[in-house]
Amino acid sequence: MSEAAVKKLPRIVINEKFCKGCSICIDFCPTDVLELKGNCVAVKNLEACTRCQLCDLRCPDFAIQVFD
Amino acid sequence: MSEKKKKLLQGNEACVEGAIYAGCKFYAGYPITPSTEIAEGMSVRLPKVGGKFIQMEDEIAGMAATIGGSLAGFKSLTATSGPGFSLKQEALGYACLAEIPCVIVNVMRGGPSTGYPTGPSQSDIMQAKWGTHGDHPAISVTPAYVQEILTETVRAFNLSEKYRTPVVVLYDEIVGHMREPITIPAPGELEVIDRAKPDCKPEEYFPYDDRYLIAPLAPFGSGYRFHVTGLNHKQDGFPTNDSKVIRENNERIMRKIEDNKEDIWKNEEIFLDDAEIAVFAIGSTARSARFAVEKMRAEGIKAGLLRPLTIWPFPDKAVRELSKRVKAIIVPEMNLGQMVLEVERCSKGAEVLGIHRVDGEPINPGQIIEAIKKFK
Amino acid sequence: MSAPAVTEKKEKISVPFDYNKYLRPNKLPHIWCPGCGHGIVLKAMLRAIHNAGLDQDKVCVVSGIGCSSRTPGYVDFNTLHTLHGRALSFATGIKFAKPDMKVIVVTGDGDALAIGGNHFIHTCRRNIDLTVLVFTNATYGMTGGQYSPTTPIGSQATTSRYGSIEPPFDACEMAKAAGATFVARGTAYHTLELEKTILEAINHKGTSVVDIIDACPTYFGRMNKYKSATHMMEVIEKDGTVNVKQADKLPPEKVQGKALRGVLHKVERPEYCEQYESLIMEKAKGK
Repeated sequence: MSEAAVKKLPRIVINEKFCKGCSICIDFCPTDVLELKGNCVAVKNLEACTRCQLCDLRCPDFAIQVFD
Repeated sequence: MSEKKKKLLQGNEACVEGAIYAGCKFYAGYPITPSTEIAEGMSVRLPKVGGKFIQMEDEIAGMAATIGGSLAGFKSLTATSGPGFSLKQEALGYACLAEIPCVIVNVMRGGPSTGYPTGPSQSDIMQAKWGTHGDHPAISVTPAYVQEILTETVRAFNLSEKYRTPVVVLYDEIVGHMREPITIPAPGELEVIDRAKPDCKPEEYFPYDDRYLIAPLAPFGSGYRFHVTGLNHKQDGFPTNDSKVIRENNERIMRKIEDNKEDIWKNEEIFLDDAEIAVFAIGSTARSARFAVEKMRAEGIKAGLLRPLTIWPFPDKAVRELSKRVKAIIVPEMNLGQMVLEVERCSKGAEVLGIHRVDGEPINPGQIIEAIKKFK
Repeated sequence: MSAPAVTEKKEKISVPFDYNKYLRPNKLPHIWCPGCGHGIVLKAMLRAIHNAGLDQDKVCVVSGIGCSSRTPGYVDFNTLHTLHGRALSFATGIKFAKPDMKVIVVTGDGDALAIGGNHFIHTCRRNIDLTVLVFTNATYGMTGGQYSPTTPIGSQATTSRYGSIEPPFDACEMAKAAGATFVARGTAYHTLELEKTILEAINHKGTSVVDIIDACPTYFGRMNKYKSATHMMEVIEKDGTVNVKQADKLPPEKVQGKALRGVLHKVERPEYCEQYESLIMEKAKGK
């Protein structure tokens, strides 16, 4: 089994109704996982996510959470 | 009860007795002449009955903390005078809209501004009704005797608890500082009303439940977690922009007083049955008026006295009916014309004459007799 | 895009915090503007309350008027949204009447330090057990961006179009001077540190004040040429502050002009409600 197949990806849950598109989570993501699509955050590179939770911690709008 | 039942007390001291009798457990206020004896008395009495007294940093804080104490579930009192009453107005309006019961005593002194702190006045009558911004309900009781300050303070608490609204006890410096022998009523002798508390499940509780005219009020910390705001709100207590809800709620808080005026009104009538000339007066002025009316009767002049113990809501029905059967209604008051406007509004037929005085001296019986004689 | 350095020590959290337990259903999204720091502070506050192990029925959140003062409406406690500047007075009434409640006051810098300045200093003087969270964004946001008592000199606001000429208050220095027994500062940027600071404030017996620097990108940001909420957080909160523990080790020029974060003052002094019950009520009983 290859290492890539074993690696479990996190699940990033975005509440599009709550997100106001302020970009704080995008700008402070240490591994550049997120991007702005329209007026809402979206995941562009899930593989890079380290589950550090900084996006959740600094999201003012209860709009993003990272599950293991 | 260890205390003697008969006591020689000052009006402000009687107010303290009334508050304690009514079950008041919380006082927050700021010293101001001529009401300070109430704060002094409460600071001594409250801790003896398991209550709390706090002297706040200003009048506004006194009113706000009083509301806080009430929200925590305790009957709460604050006392003030003229300038302090002005400062309390914003928070008083908050208590009206948020429907938090509390009692505010205003011992009226000369104004405007700092005015005449040690001089008597009755110039806050309109302020007790219209002092805070926006349409709001108002209840004010107006005792004239030291004994009555006690009983009316109890009644003020009862009305406040029953109607979930602030009640103002309004009396002038003369009765506030006068000493008279009074009887402290025995426990159970006077009716004491406590606010309705909810018995529903917490998740079903609405602090402004629209099934009621006056919804039960849960104390903070009792398991009913709810929101209170000074913004226009829905029955669940949260702010709303819904014009229908705003209108209905604003009308309801007025209606709870309007629909219960018969219960809130209280008048004393002296020689009114066959009176041709009536006097309408409150507080110490009513004491002069009583003397004047009795003197007139002794001289064969049919004078009578209508003395409201509730000035707000205004006793419009009593005045209207009286005005149909007397020639004149004389309104002596220690201001430049406040109650007289209301009497004029309600009067149907009778001539209305105001007697006004703002020099810090009481209106004496002679002034009233002179006015009565104009109409004999 | 280069990600800014993460200055905080990362904590391993496998499951995200469940805020729903403390939020009222159907009240979100909140009214705050995109990028407003108040939501970040609110979340730190909820985590701190959770970590303090408080019973929701015994927590009371009181606020005044302004953007930050809308906080109580969103959280599932006993909540009171009061008058401009008067939150501390209402809160004093509740706490004094019912000392078994944990009373947390959420207030803005204008609410606490301008219109409510008198209540602020006297609350600190009494040392009544209130936790006071001052959301300091140097702006009156609710009314459209006027200068506040913490607006830096020279800043633009809708009432200081030529630059503010008024020196700002330091809420922490003021609280300390007035007698508060716990004084701290945090920022929305340093959100985990803030959570710990608020927790420590909640656990402190006495008046605890936490000055929380957060950003108003809509007014203060736009009027003072900040590019974004992120830019404000980097310049004002991250680069504009230094933790008090690190400050001792840094050369003076690295600390110069920066606001200190962390617990700045902590002393033990008798708490007001306890004093009243043990001294006043006990003495009164004997008389």
